[in-house]
Amino acid sequence: MWNKLQALWRFFFGDSARAFGSASVILLVLLASAPAKNHFSEWRHYQKQYLRFIRGRADAVTLERHFQGGIQQIWIPEQQVTDRCTTCHLGLKEASLADVNSVAFRKHPVIPHSLTEFGCTTCHRGQGAATTVQEAHSATEQWEQALLPAKYIEAGCGQCHLENQTGTPFLNQGRQLISRYGCTHCHTITQADGTVIIPDDDPPSLKHIADKTTRAWIYAWIKDPQAYASTATMPNYQFSDDDARDISAFIVAQSTSLEPPLQPLKADVKETADAAAGTTLYGQSFCASCHAMQNAAGMMVGGNVGPELTGIGTKAKPEWLQDWVANPNHYDPGTMMPHYRFDARQVVTLTGFLESKTEPDFVANVHLEPATPQQIEHGKRLVLENGCASCHEINGIKKPENFAPELSRIGSKPLNQLIFVEGVEHSLPGYVSAKVRNPRGFGPSLKMPQFKFTPQQIDEVTTALLALTDRAQSQPPTMRIASVQQTKYQPAGNAGQLMRDLRCFTCHMINGHGGDMAPDLTWEGTAVQREWLTQFLKNPGTLRPALIRRMPKFNLTDAEINTLTDYMMTVYQTPEFNRDSLPATQFTPAQVEQGRQLFYSKFACQSCHIADYKTDKGYIGPALAATGKRFNPAWVYHWLKEPQALRPGTIEPNQHMTDDEARSLTAFLMSLKSGGAKEAMKK
Amino acid sequence: MKSVLIALCAVTLLMGGCSRKSKQPAPLQSTATGTAIVESSGGKQIGYIGMLLDQLVVVQVNDASGNGVAGAAVYFSGPSGVGFAPASALTDSSGQVTSTVTLGQQAGRYKLIASTRDASGKTIALTIEEIALGHQQTVGAQLNVQYCVRCHDPESTPERVSNMDNLSVKPHPFAEGDTLNKMTDADLVAIISHGGPALNKSPEMPPWGYTLSKSDIAALVSYIRAVADPPYEAGGLVYAQK
Repeated sequence: MWNKLQALWRFFFGDSARAFGSASVILLVLLASAPAKNHFSEWRHYQKQYLRFIRGRADAVTLERHFQGGIQQIWIPEQQVTDRCTTCHLGLKEASLADVNSVAFRKHPVIPHSLTEFGCTTCHRGQGAATTVQEAHSATEQWEQALLPAKYIEAGCGQCHLENQTGTPFLNQGRQLISRYGCTHCHTITQADGTVIIPDDDPPSLKHIADKTTRAWIYAWIKDPQAYASTATMPNYQFSDDDARDISAFIVAQSTSLEPPLQPLKADVKETADAAAGTTLYGQSFCASCHAMQNAAGMMVGGNVGPELTGIGTKAKPEWLQDWVANPNHYDPGTMMPHYRFDARQVVTLTGFLESKTEPDFVANVHLEPATPQQIEHGKRLVLENGCASCHEINGIKKPENFAPELSRIGSKPLNQLIFVEGVEHSLPGYVSAKVRNPRGFGPSLKMPQFKFTPQQIDEVTTALLALTDRAQSQPPTMRIASVQQTKYQPAGNAGQLMRDLRCFTCHMINGHGGDMAPDLTWEGTAVQREWLTQFLKNPGTLRPALIRRMPKFNLTDAEINTLTDYMMTVYQTPEFNRDSLPATQFTPAQVEQGRQLFYSKFACQSCHIADYKTDKGYIGPALAATGKRFNPAWVYHWLKEPQALRPGTIEPNQHMTDDEARSLTAFLMSLKSGGAKEAMKK
Repeated sequence: MKSVLIALCAVTLLMGGCSRKSKQPAPLQSTATGTAIVESSGGKQIGYIGMLLDQLVVVQVNDASGNGVAGAAVYFSGPSGVGFAPASALTDSSGQVTSTVTLGQQAGRYKLIASTRDASGKTIALTIEEIALGHQQTVGAQLNVQYCVRCHDPESTPERVSNMDNLSVKPHPFAEGDTLNKMTDADLVAIISHGGPALNKSPEMPPWGYTLSKSDIAALVSYIRAVADPPYEAGGLVYAQK
């Protein structure tokens, strides 16, 4: 063996000529391997496959002409995009390849952006500059960024689009959940445009909590909020029995009496209150527009602006409930609940009705001994450790600053800064969704509580969090589409005082401030007639037959109604046109008749609206039978011409009417002066 | 030399075999067999790419007389990217198996297979079809909810009352493939943009071309095509196992 090797060595490197020759050959082979490696590279394989794939097609000539061999690159320096994805993904722009089964060669699905302007990694992530599938798609040790799974793809949109978009339902929903569940009480999220996500869950102050409820209820609630109300947004801290006992002891011990104190019960409300009258009053006051309650069939009926009331009788002390129903401002000046002006009898009726809605099982097994000072002290420590004051106002406890990590760039968090545990996928989306799903799964000593999300909600929250990337922050500001922020608009004077007392802004938007449950009132003074507005505030009737949520009756005095209507008619006017520019008196009977024809034939308005309760049935839009009493003709005319100009986003279609058509239709609508509201109620 | 090579090959093969085996769930021990497998619920759902379907998929294994069989093994499978939890299970006392389904990463129709074996060991399979919406169809779906369903959807709920009964000419629900598949894309765009009269149809369908943008209308058409039942042949992908 050894001899043979020696002979071989002598044969190749025996003398200088042989050695030179052999070395040259080796060098040549080494040199040749560089182009060979290139020749056999993965992307060439894909390009060859693509060429074979298009050759058999009818449009082969066109596709071949579009084909460019070699490494392709989209380079957009200002967006930090260097994407070579199009080297293998060759059919992305070919319309005829839309229905091809192979993902690599398919046309990109329709999106509002062009590939050349935005690149690929802007939305999909991954390594743009890589030229092998493994390195481009997956996170490797050298390249951290993996492709974003399809279910989170809207996170890509969310980097620039801070506003709500039609095409990104999951992102919108995720952002809303982050606000609704109060994530940002503890975690700060500053978006790329500098705005901070504001929580909108409005956690109650605990300063006077002992006036409102019992220690037993608090104990049961902090043990499991969802056991009391399935819609509760407060998370579960998984406290032990002892911890819950001590926290409830501390919270009750810190609670002070309201000033002025609660009045004793007027009568024994449970006995004197008439159950049927209570149900009627609850319905008439449209409490269900904001509050949900389980009905006899076990269905949850009502809105989610206020807390669920299914077990309110178990939670609230009757004296507190009576005081709250009479005027919520007394207990909580910052509440979203309006001050209904109920009379003494109504307060008793409604209090009795709500007191009868109990869930005795919820506190049945709670037996608490009077608290010891040690327990109260321990409760205080728990309250501090768990950051209860991040959400709730508690006497003697300061709101902690930056209680939890900031999440403004969570979507770009390097994996080596995260601690993974068994069962969590080793990727950023895997980490974030696991953290949202089961925070304590990362260690029992962690403070983040358990939220009650459905699997889809977890995906939505994860999508919204993954949108918070470095790219979003470093993007040129011109790329950003800012979120719509609430203005700080406040009406002034007596009317302003009154509108705040009635909490108009809980439902109505005015000048960019307020809720979206009810119509925007910014230009209400141009739209309606003063007399109608007065009557409506006195006794709000049905305007839209198909809606469940309606304007409640606040039992306003004539003086209050005058203050409100004066203010609205004077201030809430559009600068675009004059309210009185089209007097109803100028319309001729011929115009009215022509308008009627247009209403029923050309535009078929009766599909969605009711002009005459005897014949029309459409109930998508508001009933129009009392238009002549309700609206100003100039408003009706401009509305017909371009509805979206007066109320952006309204679903009334722009019919592209001529001026004449709009004028005739206005003449017809202004001739409708039937009772309206009352007749609708009868139907 | 040769023997070493053979040994190497054998080891590689074995390892390959083992690793593949370990990925598959342990085979179920079925205690009963049926003669047919039928869909109870969860088919023809409209979902979004990569997302969980809203409703569970429930299939039932029946015996010859049409009663549910308890303890029969049911296996779910689908095109790549589709996930099932669980992917296989024994039927419960009513003969049913329930699974959650995650759709694949591409828009289109997904054909999912639920299978079981009969007494002779022959596989009986059931195909369940689900729809995954991509970005454009999602825009269409959102616009549909905002503007169209109130008249085009016969289903009425207290939260969203259907207006269909109030119309003298009944609109076509968007899933009504029998009618809508016969219309070209251009026809659909025309009727949405210019209203019913554009195609000599009822004016109760208003023109949306001055309210919605061109891309909005294209998105609506792509949504209508995606949800058509029977499927619209010209467009859309069907994903099935090879």
